[in-house]
Amino acid sequence: MLELLIAAALLLSLIFYAVTGGADSGGGMWDLLASGPRRDEQRNAIARAIGPIWEANHVWLILIVVLLFTAFPSAFAVTMTALFIPFSLMLIGVIFRGSAFIFRKYDSPAKEVQGRWSTLFGAASFFTPFVQGMILGALATGQIRVSEGRVATGFLAGWLTPFAFACGFFALALCAFLAAVYLTIDTKDRELENDFRFRALCSGIALAPIAAAAFLFAKNGAPEIFHGLTNWWAIPLIGLTSGCAVVALVSLWFRKFVAARATSIATASLVLIGWSAAQFPYLVVPDITIHAAAAPAITLRLLLIALCLGGALLFPSLFFLYRIFKSNQ
Amino acid sequence: MSDFLFARSLMGMSLAFHIIFAAIGVALPLLMVTAEGVYLRTGKPIYLELARRWSRGSAILFAVGAVSGTVLSFELGLLWPTFMEKAGAIIGMPFSLEGFAFFAEAIFLGVYLSGWKLLSPFVHWLSGVLVVIGGVSSAIFVVTANAWMNAPAGFKIVDGKITDIDPIAAMLNQASFHQVIHMVLSAFIATGFAVAAVHAFFLLRKKDDAFHRAALGIALVVGCVCVPLQIWSGDLSGREVGRLQPAKLAAMEAAYRTQNGAPLVVGGIPNDDAQTIKYAITLPRFLSLLAKRDPNATIAGLDQVPRSDWPNVRLVHWSFDVMASSGFALFFLSLTVALLAWKRRSLPDDRWLLRVLVAAGPLGFIAMEAGWMVTELGRQPWIIYGIMRTNEAVTPMPGLAVPFIIFTCVYLFLAFMVAYLLRREFFRAPAPGERQTTTASTRA
Repeated sequence: MLELLIAAALLLSLIFYAVTGGADSGGGMWDLLASGPRRDEQRNAIARAIGPIWEANHVWLILIVVLLFTAFPSAFAVTMTALFIPFSLMLIGVIFRGSAFIFRKYDSPAKEVQGRWSTLFGAASFFTPFVQGMILGALATGQIRVSEGRVATGFLAGWLTPFAFACGFFALALCAFLAAVYLTIDTKDRELENDFRFRALCSGIALAPIAAAAFLFAKNGAPEIFHGLTNWWAIPLIGLTSGCAVVALVSLWFRKFVAARATSIATASLVLIGWSAAQFPYLVVPDITIHAAAAPAITLRLLLIALCLGGALLFPSLFFLYRIFKSNQ
Repeated sequence: MSDFLFARSLMGMSLAFHIIFAAIGVALPLLMVTAEGVYLRTGKPIYLELARRWSRGSAILFAVGAVSGTVLSFELGLLWPTFMEKAGAIIGMPFSLEGFAFFAEAIFLGVYLSGWKLLSPFVHWLSGVLVVIGGVSSAIFVVTANAWMNAPAGFKIVDGKITDIDPIAAMLNQASFHQVIHMVLSAFIATGFAVAAVHAFFLLRKKDDAFHRAALGIALVVGCVCVPLQIWSGDLSGREVGRLQPAKLAAMEAAYRTQNGAPLVVGGIPNDDAQTIKYAITLPRFLSLLAKRDPNATIAGLDQVPRSDWPNVRLVHWSFDVMASSGFALFFLSLTVALLAWKRRSLPDDRWLLRVLVAAGPLGFIAMEAGWMVTELGRQPWIIYGIMRTNEAVTPMPGLAVPFIIFTCVYLFLAFMVAYLLRREFFRAPAPGERQTTTASTRA
């Protein structure tokens, strides 16, 4: 029971990371793709939206890794061994995304200097969520095998499959979609709003074929997920997820941006919930389950207490930060 | 070089960079809130400008520290999966708490940076204080996890399996207290003297610049108050290391033989095969006196430890000497500064003193890095002292030279950029006009 609560906290952190940190990555993508007559205005709007809150959003990733190694140490050891290469690539992406953003802010305002950092920031913003999507995909493929507690399938298993790539592209499109939707609310200028609305619609529509491709690849590439998604509960869940996505697109069309934000967050959350439900009870398909990898009860209990106390402290502070930050704009 | 050695080098290199970023990230906010506090009390706009300057420095260091810290938390598993598999459940607790402390730091730094105009001056200052508390707490938590590797506690081993885990006891292991104090103080000292050096450099050019005088004053107060405490905590650490890890103390002092009334050995070239040290300065009975408070006490030498369990004696001994001598140099410098300031009741600004302060700028960081070499190299060949060997914990991943080279280049780039940007922020004294406009805009 305890391990399920921690697993739920892990999923919740992943959702928070996706809808905050993921959206910051999406912002970086739109920064790189900024075009048209209002190119600089787009970039400024993105920089203002990410501003000094991206570090707080980024901490969810640290929380995820810490929860994983405290509560599920053997799953952590296996994951980090089998996926050494994509995790190292992700770290390089994380370094350049974070540092290029802050360096751009504090370096010379000269155009070519700013442009250089923008390119690095944008490229890393594409790269990082793509690799993160691949990693999540790889864990579901069932190709990472463990025997006697050691990884038996080497360092290339799982993450170089079409399914993992499809997951990477899905993560990209999702981050871009969330970012563009948030930006429609953050900007006051009508034309700028239209730019981001157009981008939100494009990336939102792109989600559908990518999701379909991932589903088709899952049949052979991640049979456990495919099997899970054909369960009785999967039809209403998939229906709800697609429904949210459609409502988000329709709200964008009718310029109901607040509704679009709520439904796009719901879409992202439901995707992650559906994926984890399909993969349940595995952390690494098919050899490591939540139950088998769990740390002793005392660790889980203390961790849960720490999570509750930390949450009670953090959420009001986080809310305060967002309020201060938004009223500053 | 073997993959094992590359794994250790990669971890060591990542830590060596992160420790600098993190230490400045912890200590600069203290300078920042001190400056803002002085501004709130005195109303002198120059202190507000200083707080703003240091807040921008904090923002840069915090961001870089956040990414280099992320890298480290992953590298624990990427490079040492077997270690994390066994230790995760035991020492995950301080890492989780560190995560929350870090989160709080991130949130309130965000509030501080964007709240200059929106918050009342006191609430704004308070959010800065929370940044300091968050930073110091995350340093405390993460150091307790490291201390556990030196003094493992909170579990039993029955038939080769770990049982009876007690994460609280693990966190409150016997090495935690002295390691935490020594690390946090060193962050304040290193940052204090480095910042002092920057502003002393400018006062050498322009003696009466009020901005740099104010900055130098705050940095020196922070540095000079912490150094004597650090000498005390260093003495405590030495005694505790002697008690908990006799092999580490023996390597620090290149003490090959067990001796009554052991001497303190400074410098020299230790030779493991001959088990002697050449060209060293020895202070008779001093090691016994320092470590056991008794000039005739017995100090265990490396002869008590199987040769296969020896750390690298040369590196540990030299690192210890570098740390201790840098520390004492700063101690005498602090005494001089304090004495002059007390006699004159003002900031001492003699040219020779400013020159010495500039030269002493890197000493705190040198001592910090050397101290970490002592702790980490002195623990080898163990990753968990007496329990698990480092080479049992390493990843089976081949070709670790590649990530080592890539990450080294990335870190060098980060360090270069941070130095360059801090130079932009700090090396530029505001022109009088600029100072006027910034203060005017904040008051508006």
